[in-house]
Amino acid sequence: MSVKEVQNSKESQEYFVNMGPQHPSTHGVLRLLLTLDGETITNVEPHLGYIHRSIEKMCERDSYQQIVHLTDRMDYLSCHMNNEAVCLAVEKGLEMEIPERVKVIRTIISELTRLSSHQLWWGVMGMDLGAITSFLYGFRDREMITDIFEETCGARLTMNYNIPGGLMFDIPSNFQTKVKEFIIHFRKKLPEYDQLMTNNIIFRNRTEGVGILTKEDAISYGVTGPSGRASGWNNDIRKIKPYSAYDRVEFKEITYTKGDSFARYKVRIDEMWESMNIIEQLIDNIPEGNYKEKTRVVIKLPKTEIYQSVETARGELGVYINSDGKKSPYRVKFRSPGLSNLNALNSMAKGGKIADLVTIMSTIDLVIPDIDR
Amino acid sequence: MKFDIYDFSVLTSSIHELLRSVMGETSVMITEMVIVGIVFLTLFSVLGLVLIYIERKVCAFFQQRLGPMRVGFWGTAQTVADAIKLLLKEPLMTKSADKFLFNLAPFIIIISSFMAIAAVPFALGLQALDLNIGVFYVTAISSIGVAGILIAGWASNNKYSLIGAIRSGAQIVSYELSVGLSILTIVVLTGSLQFSEIIESQRDGWWIFRGHIPAFIAFVIFLIAGTAETNRGPFDLAEAESELTAGFHTEYSGMKFAFFFLAEFVNMFIISAIGATMFLGGWMPLHFGELTSFNEIMDFIPPLFWFLGKTFFIIFIMMWFKWTFPRLRIDQLLTLEWKYLLPINLINILIMAFIVLMGWHF
Repeated sequence: MSVKEVQNSKESQEYFVNMGPQHPSTHGVLRLLLTLDGETITNVEPHLGYIHRSIEKMCERDSYQQIVHLTDRMDYLSCHMNNEAVCLAVEKGLEMEIPERVKVIRTIISELTRLSSHQLWWGVMGMDLGAITSFLYGFRDREMITDIFEETCGARLTMNYNIPGGLMFDIPSNFQTKVKEFIIHFRKKLPEYDQLMTNNIIFRNRTEGVGILTKEDAISYGVTGPSGRASGWNNDIRKIKPYSAYDRVEFKEITYTKGDSFARYKVRIDEMWESMNIIEQLIDNIPEGNYKEKTRVVIKLPKTEIYQSVETARGELGVYINSDGKKSPYRVKFRSPGLSNLNALNSMAKGGKIADLVTIMSTIDLVIPDIDR
Repeated sequence: MKFDIYDFSVLTSSIHELLRSVMGETSVMITEMVIVGIVFLTLFSVLGLVLIYIERKVCAFFQQRLGPMRVGFWGTAQTVADAIKLLLKEPLMTKSADKFLFNLAPFIIIISSFMAIAAVPFALGLQALDLNIGVFYVTAISSIGVAGILIAGWASNNKYSLIGAIRSGAQIVSYELSVGLSILTIVVLTGSLQFSEIIESQRDGWWIFRGHIPAFIAFVIFLIAGTAETNRGPFDLAEAESELTAGFHTEYSGMKFAFFFLAEFVNMFIISAIGATMFLGGWMPLHFGELTSFNEIMDFIPPLFWFLGKTFFIIFIMMWFKWTFPRLRIDQLLTLEWKYLLPINLINILIMAFIVLMGWHF
């Protein structure tokens, strides 16, 4: 049908809206094709590929040390965890023993990354709901963690600290005091988050009962991380397959049963408390020793298949390496949490309003470069 | 009363006499109209600049930052610089936009707030239009603005704009009721629709103190509904930048966008001024019935300061909750109005009528 015919036809048509690729609340270059009935959403169709950089293909070209540096461009908010996943996979392939010191430091760094990611998520979530003040509160506290990372590895966004065999540098001498200062500061500030948002009646109305994801759906779509745990699915990799120093710390796996946006919100808020607990248990007990194990300059993995998963701030990040014995892998596949979490978007958003879609998108915490890779 | 020394009608009548001595009846009227028009145009732009600066600073302090600091002392010239930038910008228009309506929409909005501000009593004797149906006039005029928003959303030929405009239509039409009814609660007390008489009736104390709890409830409802009517957060669904990019003014740029922006701020001023006049005594100083000496001290503060102080107090409250609360959803917004505010308002007005009937108010 031509445009003229469509305009002249008497039949009512579906109202399509292209949300994105440039849109303030898609958090990047995601394009959603919405079908609307008035304000009510009848269908959501995500279109991907706007920030695809073929990281997996590039991995087949690079050496194992270089692969690590590509992964922090995927989920840039959990970059230390992404790096750790690849390092753990390579170390698994080499069957290396890693010094205790490295394991503990990696765990602390991972939890700090989770904290900073959740802080940013909290700020952005407020902004998506129209409360801009929370954005600056979140960034205020995140700044302290970013400063710590800057001192440890020199970067503030795409950070690289883990290398196969250990860490790039030893921790700076003031690392422990700075982390402790941050914990003291943030234990005071986290209740402020509750005061500003959690107990706000408008916020409750906007999130409670919105975008319900059942446990069955969460499992069948593979929605991992805080989003899956809000539906009552115990999927924390730190508990199921402990890596680094997670087997020696005590922490609760936060689960809620309702599966709505508010449950997803609460999981992340509670996880921030748990992350601080984990860091407090480890920060005074960093063992002495080497900060890295010697590896060959050119790492060659034996002919194997390796799968290693870690719990990032968004869910399970799986690294699959298929090696044919050469200096670069034959095939690398990343199971990114963002992509499988995005799959559940349609079933959650259908029947809701446009404003609900924004709420759902921010509570499943999408990072678009993680989805596209 | 002591505050009579600040009566502006002395000034206005002397100007009138001066003009009468040099020209005829008709030309005096035309000249005076022109003068009033110029004064209001100046006030309009100055008010816009000042309010935008205040909003930036208030919002910055709520968010633990400094706000504009570079241009002028403490960033005071920032809004002027922004205004110059907006004036110099190219007014873009999409190819498929309805050109006539697209250009008309900002003017409808700005004209409606321009007409409404004429009835605002700034101080004793400083009011352009003292109609005997002043309250009715303001509520009627301020609802013309919604036509401008609807036209802007339709003429832009943009899907986000259209959704924003429809939202705004539903919102403003609903909340108009609450604004009107909460004002009526005070009209029941005063028995007059004329602003000067409403202020005069608060000589012995402001209605919010004298009107028992119903007056206070009406004030709270007025604040909520007034914020919703000016399309400000947490009721800024028509813009809703995280959902609809910029709502009804997505396609506007340059000075036409500035008109929408300016109208929003001036509307906020008008709503606050009406609120201050109805509930907080307008330019009337703070008086407590029998405390004569206290009342006389208060009378030495000029009425204009009283008026501006009260108005900016209400504006500050509006900014306070804009920068604290998340935005409501469209169905929750309408539920709030039709299921809560409107019934409460109707019962409130009945109680108030009963109080007035029994003569229980102070």
